[in-house]
Amino acid sequence: MTQGQERVGQTKNDVIEVNNLVKSYKGVQAVDDISFTITKGHCFGLLGPNGAGKTTTIEIMEGIIPATSGEVLYSGKSIGKDISQQIGIQFQSTALQDFLTVQETLNLFTAFYDNTLPHAQLIELCGLKDFLDRDNRLLSGGQRQRLLLALALINDPDIIFLDEPTTGLDPQARRNFWQLIKNIKAQNKTVILTTHYMDEAEQLCDEVVIMDNGKIIESGTPNRLLAKHFQEVFIYLPKEQVPQELIEKHQWTIEHERVEITTQHVEETISLLIAEQIPLEGLQVKSPNLDDLFLKLTGHSLRE
Amino acid sequence: MNFKRFFAVVKARNIEFFRDRSSLGWNLFFPILMLAGLSFVFSGDGKAVYKVGVIDSKTVQSSFMDTRYVDFIDYQDKALATVKLEQHAIDFLVDFSQKSYWVNQGSPNSYLVEKIFLGQHNNFQRLETYGKKIRYVDWVLPGILGMNMMFSCLFGVGYVIVRYRKNAVLKRLKATPLSAFEFVSAQLVSRIFIVMFMSSVVYIGCNFFFDFYMLGSYLDLFIIAVLGAISLISLGLLVASRSKSEELIGGLLNLTSWPMMLLSGVWFSLEGAPNAVKVFADFLPLTHLVAGARKVITEGATLADISYHLTALLIMSSIFLALGSYLFSWNTER
Repeated sequence: MTQGQERVGQTKNDVIEVNNLVKSYKGVQAVDDISFTITKGHCFGLLGPNGAGKTTTIEIMEGIIPATSGEVLYSGKSIGKDISQQIGIQFQSTALQDFLTVQETLNLFTAFYDNTLPHAQLIELCGLKDFLDRDNRLLSGGQRQRLLLALALINDPDIIFLDEPTTGLDPQARRNFWQLIKNIKAQNKTVILTTHYMDEAEQLCDEVVIMDNGKIIESGTPNRLLAKHFQEVFIYLPKEQVPQELIEKHQWTIEHERVEITTQHVEETISLLIAEQIPLEGLQVKSPNLDDLFLKLTGHSLRE
Repeated sequence: MNFKRFFAVVKARNIEFFRDRSSLGWNLFFPILMLAGLSFVFSGDGKAVYKVGVIDSKTVQSSFMDTRYVDFIDYQDKALATVKLEQHAIDFLVDFSQKSYWVNQGSPNSYLVEKIFLGQHNNFQRLETYGKKIRYVDWVLPGILGMNMMFSCLFGVGYVIVRYRKNAVLKRLKATPLSAFEFVSAQLVSRIFIVMFMSSVVYIGCNFFFDFYMLGSYLDLFIIAVLGAISLISLGLLVASRSKSEELIGGLLNLTSWPMMLLSGVWFSLEGAPNAVKVFADFLPLTHLVAGARKVITEGATLADISYHLTALLIMSSIFLALGSYLFSWNTER
């Protein structure tokens, strides 16, 4: 853990504890000595760009791949053989058996577990009713993700891992999926989510860990992190509306053909712009988000 | 071993196979096409000569032996010669020392050679036998079915596992309580069912048209076929135990299947092949499957008669399965 960062959780409600986890692939340190705890009933987000080590971390936690060193504890105990009965997993990229229908896929996975949810409940929860008899190959991206979520929930797990569950979905399908996850959270289940969509993390996560190059660079609740790192907001104006000398004088920056003004006092800044007779057409005021935080911490964007 | 999980995977794999119409069609029509083609190509007899078996021909002095357009084949073993007559490998059999001859009631050629023979010797005892002719299509049938089984077992198991591994179906299954042993056994059983079902359909269907020669027991034929299938599926599991690349597995499966296609006696007998080739062929499971099945079909061999082939298949299956399970990887490391 980096200095000054808060350790998430560490209460008697901790359901998962990750201690000094390391994973090396042929000399590359994919996960580099990370530690964190996850509170029962929370949605926990592992954030970071592609290659940050999120998926490797989550797969070690799921018992899918072994760690080089370090440990993962479930309610104080190491991962046992029966862990797969207790957790639900939705991988980042998974194909389903061709030529099986959605219903047959549910039947197949139901056979693997000792305790399962009634199909009617799963179908209702994940909205599978309209395509139950459809071949897996013919599902849309959103339908496929909903089926994969249903498979993750089939054994009625208390802990659910979702690895980039909305990657590749259109905005509407993403919002529908978020609602599903909120419904699951409402059942007091613990959700561990990896994503590189900041809006997703802000919408869903109670706690986040931000990773880059296999290390944790920050952790905490989204609001507290933003409050800790940002006292200011951003004001944007079209570049052509602001004279160059003014930009240089105030050391404003140009971002995507827009002038970016960082300020702690919105009213004062807008008064200044009016006084300088700068047209306010196209003006935008934006609070910093986790993407801005990541940029501030690492110097590069989350989606790079 | 949890049988609920095991049978769920067997059922899912069977559904997958039978719904894949293109693959199903190919598995059915390929052997039928091969049999029909070979039957057509080898239907013209083209032989200008009759074949006459002669017991201990070196001691015989008869003008019959000078008959033109007749090949005389020496036999020391009367029982073997009679079988050859029954199988139409020869048209007529004569034993000059015993003053007796045999005709095959089911062979027109036998009738014609008898007429020629009686023109010169009319004081011999006439003995009769009966047997359907073994055509090339009868002889090649176990080879074609065996070859089809080989492709279905190797590619049907090898490719599917590598595809499952590549697109993370295996990884998804690993995240469930399903064990590697349950998964691998389910693949084995599912493929045995598929292969035996398809081979039986092809055999029974083609039998209506070809009226295949069959001296042995259908149960024995089924048993050697099942053992052959287990051995070939185990080999497929071994070849696919670690690879994640469909290109590589294609090459490996071709490398495995081509020697068997050429050297396991599918198309021609290995009788006259160099000894080194025979020894090499002995290490190929298809050799034992084809040889065992052929002996049951053409010689009426029992399981005891083909125990060598059965044992070889069992040993190979054990080795392939043990190695395949040991090396098997869900390959979840990225």
